[in-house]
Amino acid sequence: MLLSLAQSALPIGISGVEKRFGGVSVLHDLSLDVAAGEFLTLLGPSGSGKTTLLMILAGFVRANAGSIKVGGEEIITMPPHKRNIGMVFQNYALFPHMNVFHNIAFPLKQRRVSAAETAERVERALDLVQLKGLGERRVDQLSGGQRQRVALARVIVFEPRIVLMDEPLSALDKSLREHMQIELRNLHRRLGMTTVYVTHDQREAITMSDRVAVMNAGRIEQIDQPEALYARPTTKFVAGFIGESSFIPVECRNDSVWYEDRKLRMAAAAPSAGRHLMVVRPEKLRVIDGVEQAGDVNALPAIVGDVIYQGDSFVCYATLKDGRQVTLRDYCRSDVLAKLPAPGEPITLGIDAQDVVLVADQ
Amino acid sequence: MSIAGLRDNDGRKSALNVHALRADAQRESLGLLALLSPGLVLVFAVIIVPIGWLFWLSLFDEAGQLSAANYARFFEQASYIKTFVTTFKVAFVVTGACVLFGYPLACMLSQLPRRAASICLIFVILPFWTSVLVRTYAWLVILQRKGLINSWLIDLGVISQPLPLANNFAGVVIGMTHIMLPFLVLPLYASMKTIDVDCLRAGMNLGASPAATFRQIFFPLSLPGLASGVVIVFVLCLGFFVTPALMGGGKVIMWAMRMEQTTSLYSNWGAGAALGVVLLGVTLALLGLFQRLLGARATGVWSQR
Repeated sequence: MLLSLAQSALPIGISGVEKRFGGVSVLHDLSLDVAAGEFLTLLGPSGSGKTTLLMILAGFVRANAGSIKVGGEEIITMPPHKRNIGMVFQNYALFPHMNVFHNIAFPLKQRRVSAAETAERVERALDLVQLKGLGERRVDQLSGGQRQRVALARVIVFEPRIVLMDEPLSALDKSLREHMQIELRNLHRRLGMTTVYVTHDQREAITMSDRVAVMNAGRIEQIDQPEALYARPTTKFVAGFIGESSFIPVECRNDSVWYEDRKLRMAAAAPSAGRHLMVVRPEKLRVIDGVEQAGDVNALPAIVGDVIYQGDSFVCYATLKDGRQVTLRDYCRSDVLAKLPAPGEPITLGIDAQDVVLVADQ
Repeated sequence: MSIAGLRDNDGRKSALNVHALRADAQRESLGLLALLSPGLVLVFAVIIVPIGWLFWLSLFDEAGQLSAANYARFFEQASYIKTFVTTFKVAFVVTGACVLFGYPLACMLSQLPRRAASICLIFVILPFWTSVLVRTYAWLVILQRKGLINSWLIDLGVISQPLPLANNFAGVVIGMTHIMLPFLVLPLYASMKTIDVDCLRAGMNLGASPAATFRQIFFPLSLPGLASGVVIVFVLCLGFFVTPALMGGGKVIMWAMRMEQTTSLYSNWGAGAALGVVLLGVTLALLGLFQRLLGARATGVWSQR
């Protein structure tokens, strides 16, 4: 049955995977566990090794070391056509000499599924990706979004244990991409296949995933649920790569954290002694007056630089006393607009104790 | 001014600058025609006129009378029909041999890394830089009764009598295959290079073994290149002269050799011209057939990129 992948979804255990191209190391001792039925995204800049990891999972690239287990079975040396892992390619990789029907029937043909069952399953897959009735179309008669759906149908039709997706939406325009993100997400909810998704688009990763693994230079920097990743980044790279951040250098001594001569109020426990960076998200900052300075708010005196109106919101660049620039963003509500600071004006910025996040200063 | 421009003589409302735009379009067409004219003159002078002349010549018999005798001869004389059959037999066998050797070669070249592939391609193209005559004589030296191959095999005791490799059909096929091979390999290589690696990966990913991926994806996608290579080789074979003349030892008479005999030996220009016209007609018919058989599919399904 096409709609019952959830029962057959399998966990993936990746451990100690290393890959070198020539003398250049692309993946360093990488380990990662993906739960059965999970939607996990590998997020990172180009060259971070995320696509290489996907290629190793699919069996197109041979790792130098490591183990990949699918449901407990080692597959690191298994040839790609025996892995039963579906992959959606960045450029779709549809077969140009076959029509839509034959493209989708291809994996069933390899598995010697009967003609009647093939027709039925292809029809159901087409229905699932909302391409009903387009089976006879040639591939070059399809739009980019339709090709993407055919590529997807071609994979889900053979009910693979695992689905890999290599930046499948990057060739689509923005509105279609956002639409397909939701569609892919819903399809995953319905079918429940274990999915490893690769993207360099942080918004896409946050929108779609159960968990996101942020990769940088062949290593996983942090792996967590999207909310946790955004709210509590553990490294400077993650804080900078996901969302906007300003970094303010702070120092920890005697179990408290100091920004210049001010003691920071923070909800979390103080980290180890030494230099750290405070991650400041634009929407966590606000303009406060003297009264609010008590309680759980940290006050940072600053001078207003540019104020940029963006329709729904405005962005204010302010310079702290030490010359460091921070960004503040707020929605254009009338009460906020009434108190909009003017360039050159001295203000006090506030950040709540519970929003203070520290990362190591590399 | 501007309001006056909107109305023509009858006072009807008309769009702006219609005449100026039309004149501009005409000027552009004339300009394009002027740019094309050197090419058109050349095509007319070196293709249309000579072929027309050839056709005209073929209509006169030896006495200079207008007649269809030159064409009637094809059906009357068995030797003409034999030459015709030989020509096609050689062309078929050579094309087949080229596909047999050229396809795996192009396939291997297309899978090599770029650097290695370009070095190997030099060896494919290298023979192009040597005269066909020199290469044909070289084959004669290798293949003849007391040539390299036969003397080696006899010295090694593999055979006692020399193998008939030259001055016969086999010799013609060997020599021509060597000369035609690059004409097949180059277009085939070019078309194989355009096959998306991800398509092959997708094939394997979807459960096709390497052999099945080759059969169901790589091979069909390489067909347009194979078709153009085959057409080039086949058509070149039909009109080939030097190699069959030297390697055939007078036993393999191809169409072009018959033309040469007719014109230079018997000075029968009308008969020679008729041979030329028939060869041209048959070649065009074959190209048309290929276009119908493969062209429609090649331009339809495979023209995606």
